[in-house]
Amino acid sequence: MSEELLAPELATRALERALARGGEFAEVFCEERATLTIGLEETRVERVRTGRERGAGLRVVSGEVTHFAHVDGLAEEDLLAAAEAASSALADGRTEPVPVPAAAAAPGQAIEIPPAEVDDASKAELLRGLDQHARERGSAVSAVIGSYGEERRRVAVANSEGTHATDDRTRVRLGAQAVARRNGEAETGHETLGGHRGFELVAEQAAGVGERAADRALTMLDAGPAPAGTMPVVVGGGFGGVLFHEMTGHGLEADHVQKGASVYEGRIGESVAEPLLTAYDDGRLPNEWGTEGIDDEGTPMQRTAVIEEGQLRSFLYDLLRARKDGVSSTGNGRRESFRHLPIPRMTNTYIAPGDADPEAMISEVKRGFYAVAFAGGQVEPATGDFVFGVSEGYLIEDGRPTRPCKGATLIGNGLEALRAIDAVGSDFEMKTGFCGKGGQSVPVGTGQGHVRIRELTVGGTSL
Amino acid sequence: MSEVDLELTGRAVEIALAAGAGDAEAYAERSSGTEVRVHGGEIESLTATAQRGVGVRAWIEGRAGYAYGTDLTDDGLREIGSAAAAAAKISDRDEHAAPPVPAGEPEPLDGLRDEGLEAWDGERKAALTLAVEAAAKAADPRVRGVEQAVYADSQELVAVSSSAGIAASYEATSCFSYAYALASDSEGTRTGLGFGLGRGPDELDPEAIGAEAAERSTSLLGASKPPSCACPVVFDQAVAASFAGTIASMLGADAAQRGRSPFADRLGEEIASPALQLRDDGRDPAGLRSAPVDGEGLPHRVTDLIAGGRLKTYLHDSYTARRAGTESTGSAGRGSYRAPPSVSASNLVVEDGEDDREALLAAAGEGILVQEVVGLHSGVPVSGTFSVGASGHRISDGSVAEPLAEFTIAGELVSMLTAVQRVGRESRWVPFGGSVRTPLLLLAELTVSGA
Repeated sequence: MSEELLAPELATRALERALARGGEFAEVFCEERATLTIGLEETRVERVRTGRERGAGLRVVSGEVTHFAHVDGLAEEDLLAAAEAASSALADGRTEPVPVPAAAAAPGQAIEIPPAEVDDASKAELLRGLDQHARERGSAVSAVIGSYGEERRRVAVANSEGTHATDDRTRVRLGAQAVARRNGEAETGHETLGGHRGFELVAEQAAGVGERAADRALTMLDAGPAPAGTMPVVVGGGFGGVLFHEMTGHGLEADHVQKGASVYEGRIGESVAEPLLTAYDDGRLPNEWGTEGIDDEGTPMQRTAVIEEGQLRSFLYDLLRARKDGVSSTGNGRRESFRHLPIPRMTNTYIAPGDADPEAMISEVKRGFYAVAFAGGQVEPATGDFVFGVSEGYLIEDGRPTRPCKGATLIGNGLEALRAIDAVGSDFEMKTGFCGKGGQSVPVGTGQGHVRIRELTVGGTSL
Repeated sequence: MSEVDLELTGRAVEIALAAGAGDAEAYAERSSGTEVRVHGGEIESLTATAQRGVGVRAWIEGRAGYAYGTDLTDDGLREIGSAAAAAAKISDRDEHAAPPVPAGEPEPLDGLRDEGLEAWDGERKAALTLAVEAAAKAADPRVRGVEQAVYADSQELVAVSSSAGIAASYEATSCFSYAYALASDSEGTRTGLGFGLGRGPDELDPEAIGAEAAERSTSLLGASKPPSCACPVVFDQAVAASFAGTIASMLGADAAQRGRSPFADRLGEEIASPALQLRDDGRDPAGLRSAPVDGEGLPHRVTDLIAGGRLKTYLHDSYTARRAGTESTGSAGRGSYRAPPSVSASNLVVEDGEDDREALLAAAGEGILVQEVVGLHSGVPVSGTFSVGASGHRISDGSVAEPLAEFTIAGELVSMLTAVQRVGRESRWVPFGGSVRTPLLLLAELTVSGA
């Protein structure tokens, strides 16, 4: 997999063809992706799947219109066919691209043990260990599902303005889901570990991942119905960051903003949160899940302060939206694969650590809700309305987390909830996730310490 | 054309056997399509898509493995075949893992292709998409914009062959269009989705899609939170479809056999109100997941899932059927050649009842009409409990009253099925929860959490 993905001369020919009928900007994006996933269920290693895909996406921008075509295969005939298809609806002259230079390789992440060099049987063995450790947490653990995934994705992107960059991305991920049963009740617990990293990340972690999933399921067996109503909510560190990702992050993506479909439109420089809140999108955090050398338009990843001491500082841009606003891309032009157009996406998004003591944040709450892990969430950026399923949550009574609650949902409005954050903990943790938008799924990191929201609606079944 | 693809899958099977597989199955997919995105009266993007790929399942003495790729030369197929055999070797033995046995010649199925699609060039498709956006804006002055209006179509060829004697192929076309309208007043902004789908663009009505988006967004303006309560709830078709899809995923035999479903060990039992009849129909050409065969080449059919209030069967593919000692229901679903088949519904159909919308609302009396739910896709746990965000309208004195938003509805899937009191008669195909045709449903009671 080390041969050149895109020769400069071929890139130039493809871009010439793409601009042969006009357009101001053309780009060729080439990709080779090799994946391996292994599953385990019923203590059996199964669903072993490997794949390799090679393909290219070509786009031509003419005025406000983007013409795009994608093709499987990276041969000259494939790229020229895609260039022809992308430009077929154009008919206004001819533009000469800047000849494509030799590629600049993006700085890579430290990969100690390339996953492809590890015997596949030891990856399967990792899952058997995960299964065993999860089951040892208690006889109530009735089912364990494990998953291992690795991916190497090489990309090359060249455009008519002289950009030619490559990136080599390796990711590994280990996940566990445990089911615990008692007296006809069944509860589920999840845990995942992943990074832009080699096999070393997961090699010694199977036990911990399995145990944490089992412990969550066992805890939830004792859960009662969740409260319903409005109350203070403390969101746990790590996976709690998905709340900020959904309720605020999506509204900062420039495509939503430029279409008048974000509540943050026109608010740069305004105070949107208490001064205790600072948040970043940072695609350069070493070895994190959402980290890459360049985005999928060839722009180097960067750290963007989106909120500084409560003030809204920046939106997240790709090339086209940045041009429209007369600013530079923030390196957030990402795509699921060569079959998709790049759009503004988050990388690793997090609330920076504050100075509150997580325990004190809870002890100051008379009656409230402590959300530790989420099952998923969604936001409508145009209105800021969001909803989250809580997979592990506790009632807070007289300053202490007491009984676990099941079936809870957090629902609210992003603008209001962001303003209502009245404490940010000094602890900090990053977690991995997949973010879906416009039919495209990309790996993202989310993070924070403990965060307290003065008031939020908890949707449960206990009135 | 599909002869070509069967030749390819046949060759892929031979090559996989030569590479060490005891048995092999190859699934090939070729598709092409277009997508148009429109914003502010202008075309935003025009996309031409082309895809081709092969996925190979290999079995070696009760061990199964899968590999896929985009290189369809003999060298590429050799790499895929060897990778599938290597994947099988690291799997554990499973006595039920074996290639599907052919179940007779699948009956041909007409109506999957709209020959009219080819007469639509890019300009006409763009004009249709622009018309959707324009219709949304024209429907109501409070619609200040359309975040996105989209049209997409595809033509696909599928072929599947196996060393156990499967050989099936088909061609199909499909298209859809949708728009998200943004409506604003002094109190804020609301969004609304309008959509349409069919085998070809002649079936799409841009006026209706735009008008639906406008209606859904404007009708929510000024929405408030309902007080927390337990009350009768009416699901519109989009919401009923999302729940039907979630329930069907729990009726998959894999979920039931592996203790992941609240419906496990309930076969033949009373699990639902007699008013609710649910079936899987893989052969109705109006359902976009119809095909003569499923993802492993076994015939699609019509299967009653819930009838007379009882659970009639789980959905089976060849693996779960062999494990249960029964027949496949033709429910091996396949997202693409990149994934092996797994149990899933084809088209779900909730049988129409007798009440029209007015009668259903009147029967609800005082309650809530739920028109959108968010968060259901993130998964319902094994316990079957759910809590999702919702918006809709109050039902007051049997009629639709003021808009409601930012509330949740919560409950438990199994008891929800028994709570279905009445089933409407105005059904519609909905692309949520899979491919679903459903009317409105009246549920006796769900928990609503709001202010």
